[in-house]
Amino acid sequence: MDSFLNSPLGVLSLTVAQALALLVPLLIFVAYLTWAERKIMAAMQLRKGPNVVGFFGLLQPFADAAKMLMKETIVPAGASRVLFIMAPMLTFMLAMIAWAVIPVNEGWAIADINVGVLYLFAISSLGVYGIIIAGWASNSKYAFLGALRSAAQMVSYEVSMGFVIVTVLLCVGSLNLTDVVLAQKGLWFFIPLFPMFIIFFISTLAETNRAPFDLPEGESELVAGFFVEYSAMTFALFFLGEYANMILMSSLTTILFLGGWLPPFDVAPFNWVPGPIWFILKVCLCLFTFVWVRATFPRYRYDQLMRLGWKVFLPISLVWLVLTAAALKIFGWLPA
Amino acid sequence: MIAGLAFYAFAGVLIASAVMVVTSRNPVHSVLYLILAFFNAAALFLIAGAEFLAMILVIVYVGAVAVLFLFVVMMLDIDFTQLREGFQRYAPIGAVIGGILFLELVFVLGAWQSSGQSEGLRLHPVQEGVQNTAAIGRVLYTDYIFLFQGAGLILLVAMIGAIVLTHRDRLRSRRQDIGVQVSRRTQLDMASVPLGASIGELGILRPLPPEEEKPKAVAHDDHGHGGHH
Repeated sequence: MDSFLNSPLGVLSLTVAQALALLVPLLIFVAYLTWAERKIMAAMQLRKGPNVVGFFGLLQPFADAAKMLMKETIVPAGASRVLFIMAPMLTFMLAMIAWAVIPVNEGWAIADINVGVLYLFAISSLGVYGIIIAGWASNSKYAFLGALRSAAQMVSYEVSMGFVIVTVLLCVGSLNLTDVVLAQKGLWFFIPLFPMFIIFFISTLAETNRAPFDLPEGESELVAGFFVEYSAMTFALFFLGEYANMILMSSLTTILFLGGWLPPFDVAPFNWVPGPIWFILKVCLCLFTFVWVRATFPRYRYDQLMRLGWKVFLPISLVWLVLTAAALKIFGWLPA
Repeated sequence: MIAGLAFYAFAGVLIASAVMVVTSRNPVHSVLYLILAFFNAAALFLIAGAEFLAMILVIVYVGAVAVLFLFVVMMLDIDFTQLREGFQRYAPIGAVIGGILFLELVFVLGAWQSSGQSEGLRLHPVQEGVQNTAAIGRVLYTDYIFLFQGAGLILLVAMIGAIVLTHRDRLRSRRQDIGVQVSRRTQLDMASVPLGASIGELGILRPLPPEEEKPKAVAHDDHGHGGHH
């Protein structure tokens, strides 16, 4: 057995099995996130939400998926065919490959690489391509405007996100995600870095194009923005990618600020619960806040969105970065 | 063996996509091939064991610079047949410049020398127990901090220069000042009004509009009203 696992074929099959063990639950989680979002928003708006297909409407996501599979994929006449089909695949693929480095428990990441944080940052900064290519390849004005808005928005908020991540990394002294979580034993980073936590959360809203920053798909102005021309499975891939990105950003928030798989207090009833359960609970808390924000706030105006990113978040995160570095140096808290 | 195969695969795709950047007809396709080339270069860094450089290449070039490229190329309305018109005429000059650059590269590589002490380092560039992220950080931010800061200042000056050269104050456009809006004191306040009472009876008066914000009299031309032309 051991000799098989060490052979190239064994390593390959083990990696595939690990990837499936992560991706299948993830996709089911995505399906039920769409259901949960509709239920939570319905409850907040005094409606019932999906309640017909299955018990409590629990089979609704699968009914939706079946509908998407049955429908016809329409490629517009003037579209750039290859790129038009490639864009949703790219979005979906990027939302999946980022999960390779997420540690759900100590040593549970598929690839526990030294530059895990940078890898995640790189993958999330690539997400903009799926949207730009979709907008350009559709050969439609609404789609193109949505893509341009999205590109500007995602690039702008990445800057402040980068500074927030650097602030956290200063306190950790490593780019490894497991080390980031282990450094939070005793004190989760959202307490000492509270303003950064808020900025990071709002930036993740903008990065995933969620309300109140969902201007790229603002239906009152752009119909559906960059995916206005997409139907059936290509639309479903965008949809899955967006929700998988939401879960990814929530788990990044969990890892950077909420202590990953660590229990809130390391005492008896709390540390009986296994780490992955804590991780999922924290991710669910972040996701609930995503939905809560969507049900509560009206959409931002575009220039105000840019102002918030460049003139408010960037200076605050820059100053806080310098303050954190100074405090770590003065009090001698720098990690070895 | 696997690393060798991966190297040739990535290097081959890198060169092929670099050729496609130059030869493809659509500028947007060119930029997309350029992005593919960046990716393969990042993969080559990974194979060489420089994971930090690989990630930075993806974040900076693919995630930011190429997005701006793509942005600009998509917005520009380039007529490519017009752009290719002088190809025959300019091709010899371009070939000569390319040849000179190639020769220079050959001379530089031919005269490349490294000191004898660094032989061991070249065989094992990554030290045991030191991640290359930490190693780069130590060199850049500890050993050569002043040179690094100097380079940063030069870039800052260049950026300010570009802004000064291109910025013009648009006097005629309206600006929104959020601070002024938020700190505005109004004459209005809330009052609970009994049913059936008019505001005149309760002594509530509408606030007069501030004096300076009255719309100024616009100079009308003679046949401005009524719209008969």
